[in-house]
Amino acid sequence: MGKNFETLEHQVWLPYKFSVGPVFNRFFEGLKEGKILGNRCPKCNKVLVPARSFCPECFVDMGDWEEVSQEGEVVTWAQANYEFFGAPAEPPFIGALIRLDHTDCNFLHLVGGFDLSDIDAVKSKVKSGARVKAVWSDVKKGHMLDIKFFEPE
Amino acid sequence: MGRPVAIIGAGQTKHGNRSEITYPDLVREGVKSVFEDAGVGPDDIDGVVFGTMPSMMEGVALTHFYFADALQAVGKPILKSETCGSTGMSLALTGYYWVASGMADMVLVVGSEKMHEGDSQATMTTVAEPFYLRYFIAGAPGIFSLQSKLWIDRYGLSEELVRDAAAKISVDHHNDAFDNPVAHIKKKLTMDDVKNSKVVVYPSRLWDICPNSDGACGVIFASEEKAKKICRNPAWVKGVGYSGEEYWFDDSDKVVWKSAINAAKQAYKMAGITNPIEELDVAEIYNPFTYVELLHYECFGFCDFGKASDLTLKGIFARDGKLPCDPSGGVLCTNPIGASGLIRVAEAAMQVTGKAGDHQIEDAKLGFAHAMGGASQFNGVMIVGSEL
Repeated sequence: MGKNFETLEHQVWLPYKFSVGPVFNRFFEGLKEGKILGNRCPKCNKVLVPARSFCPECFVDMGDWEEVSQEGEVVTWAQANYEFFGAPAEPPFIGALIRLDHTDCNFLHLVGGFDLSDIDAVKSKVKSGARVKAVWSDVKKGHMLDIKFFEPE
Repeated sequence: MGRPVAIIGAGQTKHGNRSEITYPDLVREGVKSVFEDAGVGPDDIDGVVFGTMPSMMEGVALTHFYFADALQAVGKPILKSETCGSTGMSLALTGYYWVASGMADMVLVVGSEKMHEGDSQATMTTVAEPFYLRYFIAGAPGIFSLQSKLWIDRYGLSEELVRDAAAKISVDHHNDAFDNPVAHIKKKLTMDDVKNSKVVVYPSRLWDICPNSDGACGVIFASEEKAKKICRNPAWVKGVGYSGEEYWFDDSDKVVWKSAINAAKQAYKMAGITNPIEELDVAEIYNPFTYVELLHYECFGFCDFGKASDLTLKGIFARDGKLPCDPSGGVLCTNPIGASGLIRVAEAAMQVTGKAGDHQIEDAKLGFAHAMGGASQFNGVMIVGSEL
């Protein structure tokens, strides 16, 4: 192998319109106002975030809405050092599972706000159990990335 | 329980960069290879099962139409499955169920991928919706690194220990691949080469991660009656298991990983296996990342949770160890995704029938094949043996 064989260059471009539905609508409205909204399952009493239409475990409609804490603990993290189509940020960036205070599931988002160029320095700052706090974009569009990242305290 | 099912043939293309031929010709190469191995032809086949990873990878939505002739599927029922990494095991189980049910006597199962034609990481971004998860679990290195780190943090494993174990897996498999004539990446590496290679997604480094490969694999499943008539030395399906998980990533535990544990348990129960490390002779684990292979040893009951690194460094899972894992070099060296799970079944069948050539494990009688897929969402297992 190693020889450059001829290829047919081709792109598929397809437009989609995904229905947002009432629950994501309200969640995204919350983001626009700088709030992270979850809701509570009336059966198992868990607070899930982002808010969902039904509890995946109990299969019942979710109940009361609540604004959840913008602070929490890093459960685990991984630092991406490569570029790929659809990435949420320029590399390097950190994807993390974060347990927001008083919620019952892990929230997947970015951790950042400091120099990520040295992995050893990163490791000393971002540990399992490290406290983090949401940092918001200046312009909020009602989108998951309205939260820029979670910054270690 | 259905009727007994045999594997009467397994074939693979040469895997690697196969840009010199079209995709249908690559599939045909795999199909010809399994027909030659089984000593049967298209007229003997009652039904065809085919799949790839999500079709956005192929750029052609209806692959079973595109490959109808290459699969010699014209005039036959054809079923398709795509579950990302576990596609190959979904295909194998579909073929198995079809014969076990008595609705077919001989089924051709084929999986393929031509990863140099598309963008695998971009395809994987389309595995999740664009409201939430797409931004954060995009790309295989991200999701598997997060899961690996979760495992490391859970047991408070030292970075040095885990990195050594991962490096040993990488060194061993890239060396094992030299004895597998169809493997993609074959490389003499040192522990330091692996440990000092570029970080792709921390904690995973370049040599912890599988390549993009082009390739196809075919396996033929047959009823007991047909198998005994045609095949001198078939492999028998002893047990199968498959388990899926939730959509919202990490709603369930990804370390004490229910779908992996349950898939293995179902297969062990059916095969009558109570002590896998003692009873199994060889395992082909879906190992696109070194750390993920370690995690799977624990989920499959090969060792206690948190102990895989120590045992790996003792050589328990090496080719000359107590339970050789991925003597073919595994997914780490060869990953045409839609074929990779089926290659695990083919390799396990080759091992228990003494047809694995230079990477044969001596006297292997009971083999374990596994694949995982989705965004860490699916696990499937097939156990094959030399005796009915």
